[in-house]
Amino acid sequence: MSAEVQQKDSGGKKKPGQMKKLSTRIDFTPMVDMIMLLLTFFMLATSMSKPQTMEIGMPTKDKVADADKNEAKASEAVTLYLSKDHKVYYFMGIPDLVKQNYLKETNFSPEGLRKVLLEKNSAIVTKVNELKTKKLKLQVSQEEYEKQLAILKSSPGTPVVVIKPLDNSTYNDMISTLDEMLICNIGKYAIAELEPNDKTLLKNSSVQYEDAPKK
Amino acid sequence: MPKIKLPRKDTWIDMTPMSDVMILLLTFFMLTSTFLKPEPVKVNTPGSVSEIKIPEKNIFSVLISPEGKVFLDIDNPDDRTKILEQVAAEYKINLTEKEKKDFSIGTSFGVAMNQFKEFMAIPGEKQKVVLADYGIPSDSTDNQFQAWARAAREVKGKDMVIAIKADQSTPYKRIKAVMGSLQDLRENRYNLITSLREVNEAKPVK
Repeated sequence: MSAEVQQKDSGGKKKPGQMKKLSTRIDFTPMVDMIMLLLTFFMLATSMSKPQTMEIGMPTKDKVADADKNEAKASEAVTLYLSKDHKVYYFMGIPDLVKQNYLKETNFSPEGLRKVLLEKNSAIVTKVNELKTKKLKLQVSQEEYEKQLAILKSSPGTPVVVIKPLDNSTYNDMISTLDEMLICNIGKYAIAELEPNDKTLLKNSSVQYEDAPKK
Repeated sequence: MPKIKLPRKDTWIDMTPMSDVMILLLTFFMLTSTFLKPEPVKVNTPGSVSEIKIPEKNIFSVLISPEGKVFLDIDNPDDRTKILEQVAAEYKINLTEKEKKDFSIGTSFGVAMNQFKEFMAIPGEKQKVVLADYGIPSDSTDNQFQAWARAAREVKGKDMVIAIKADQSTPYKRIKAVMGSLQDLRENRYNLITSLREVNEAKPVK
């Protein structure tokens, strides 16, 4: 089956004045082949889904006067240390710098860190879930939902989480932790660097907080 | 019994409706497609439940490989040229028009300024292959990454979005270094690029 247009052009002699009957059928096969090829190419080369992103604000490095610093209430504070092999160490409130093995260990499984945070944040999570069901039933609009969610997340009494990734943790650990904040509806969290107190704490719990010195 | 005469059927199939539909699809894909940008190193982004999409333009994207090498990508060819001129001036490198043009139409880049000329002399296809071995110096002794970021902010203005894309296994130390350089410039808001992850809804624990 190839192009069949005007195939009979080399026919015999015609009588003058008589129109030649031509087949009006055009073979589409080559065209369809071509389009198929292009279509496949475009389908494979396009990236339909845009990558997801997570917005994060880091604290400024400018020196903040001690008086201006917001001190989190001891009952609300949770400090997390991200360590190597995807382990998380945490404590609540004001640390005990003397006690040995003061830090508690957990991991990124749903029964680990998430449970700890949800326990701390249970009141808000219940309210957020109520809000979500309301939204699903279309009782609140999208803007209203976002507004209320923001209010709930920053309401007093919600935990303040300080995330301190150690040098031997990975990027994935950091993202997983930030993710847990989203899942557990925690609005107040920050990534901070290690301070001398933290090092004492980690040392007391025999957590390695630096890369092993090269020999 | 009489013989059943099978009528001779024409094998011709009318393909017009099919090609109509296909042309429609083709036009759709051609118009909606944004091509996957080639990246010098393959990174597996970590998953997250965040569903915010990345903005389409005015992005200053930082790619951090598992070994901690830093690559950059800037959209808009005009901006690229301006930013390059600024950084080159800072490191006192004279660029030819051809180098500027080649750079402006490129994608991800990541070479130290003192190797820049040498790198641009490599033919196009080969550049992509060897790029993974380079990387922009971003340590405290020679922080060229910071110079790029500063130039980009000056050229692109305050609407520029900084997107950080790193591999799951990139050590946090490297991320901290990159974020630290940005924080020195008072750049405190970033978009961390992640892939989608499904998580069951959180249930309150009593």
